[in-house]
Amino acid sequence: MNRRGWLQALGLIGLTGVGVLRLAQAAEEAPDALIQRLTREALDTIEADKAVQAGDVARIMVLLDQKVMPYLNFQRMTASAVGPAWRQATAQQRSQLQAEFKTLLVRTYAGAMSQAKNLTFEIKPLRAAATDKEVVVRTLIKGRGDPVQLDYRLEKTPGEGAGWKIYNLNVLGVWLVDTYRSQFSQEINAKGIDGLIATLSERNKANAAGSAQAPKG
Amino acid sequence: MNPSAQTMNPRRSPRVKRLLLAGVWLLLSGCASGPTAHPHDPMEPFNRGVYQFNDAVDRAVVKPVATAYRDVLPSPVRTGVRNFFANLQDAWSGVNNALQLKPQATVESFVRVGVNSVFGLFGLIDIATEMRIPRHTEDFGQTLGYWGVGAGPYVVLPVLGPSTLRDTAALPVDMQGDAVNHVSDVPARNSATALKLVDKREQLLDASKMLEQVALDPYTFTRDAFLQRRRNLVFDGNPPDEEPAPDAGEPQ
Repeated sequence: MNRRGWLQALGLIGLTGVGVLRLAQAAEEAPDALIQRLTREALDTIEADKAVQAGDVARIMVLLDQKVMPYLNFQRMTASAVGPAWRQATAQQRSQLQAEFKTLLVRTYAGAMSQAKNLTFEIKPLRAAATDKEVVVRTLIKGRGDPVQLDYRLEKTPGEGAGWKIYNLNVLGVWLVDTYRSQFSQEINAKGIDGLIATLSERNKANAAGSAQAPKG
Repeated sequence: MNPSAQTMNPRRSPRVKRLLLAGVWLLLSGCASGPTAHPHDPMEPFNRGVYQFNDAVDRAVVKPVATAYRDVLPSPVRTGVRNFFANLQDAWSGVNNALQLKPQATVESFVRVGVNSVFGLFGLIDIATEMRIPRHTEDFGQTLGYWGVGAGPYVVLPVLGPSTLRDTAALPVDMQGDAVNHVSDVPARNSATALKLVDKREQLLDASKMLEQVALDPYTFTRDAFLQRRRNLVFDGNPPDEEPAPDAGEPQ
């Protein structure tokens, strides 16, 4: 009897141990759960926030910095778009490239916000092994008309419980970073890294001026 | 040695080789941009010329007409036009889904056509989508791709825009599959074709505005996005990874 009691106690300790482990694992959000949460939050925000619906770039930038940037490896995205020249870029050039690229991308999607109403989404089953360091999470955004394919590439951040970060996304089968790679290398081949930074910054200024004029015209 | 092969080879083989070489040379001679040329775009200088021509035609005629079409006609009318042409496309998609041995997509495509033609006033109303019967758009270029025909080099067609060598070869078949081309009354057929183009351009008005804002080089942007998009369509949204991306940036 006594022996049985011991065993039961051991079993309980074992079970508790497993429970604690489970908890630790749950703290590390799975990549598809992360995308599920971010998409849910984004759609809710678009639905609720009038400034976002109107494509207010400043407001979108604030929300992006708060809610999305912690889950993006934007340095990797920029580096991958810039290509081999990234290695020669100075720290200052790198941060300028990231800032200008980010502004360009935000403007890309800001215009689409007014159309993003009454959307639902679906996350496709994740096909990945537990040990994978990089995964693709596939989603479908549904509104009126044909559903829109939206996929994400995520990487596991090194370290325990550091979570997952997005480093590329795919709209209707077109990978964002890949679409900029040739254009960036064209600019770099012609005018160098500073030339690319200048081109990006000019484009961002022109876009800002254009959208400021738009409501009047 | 096989004597018959010997008598055949010396005559034919050099000629065939010479022809092939001439063909390859012709293809490559368009490639004046040297080592920086995009691997899928050996005809870039030629393509850029056509792109500029298309852009000029678009600015002068197509875009203004599409903009007027959007401003003048109420949204339900434009939706009706769009649905009507999409219904014709669904029929051709059904054929191509069958050619790609996709039974469910084939059945759903033809059910869509049936439902929309009968209950949706000849396709003007897209009831099938309301009934949650999904659309599976496929054309003959995708069918060729399904059976392993590679996309080949990027080609910009006059007026029609971005394509690939494979899709250009498939174009005559796709045109045969388009019911509009079987209308015997010539003015009616031409009007329908023009309306279809204007409808298509109208759908792209927002996208082309965005392209002007976000592309550093609209030609390159269009090409790189189009080639990825086509490949994605051939693999129904799940293409295998291409050669590892030149992820040149170091991690830190």
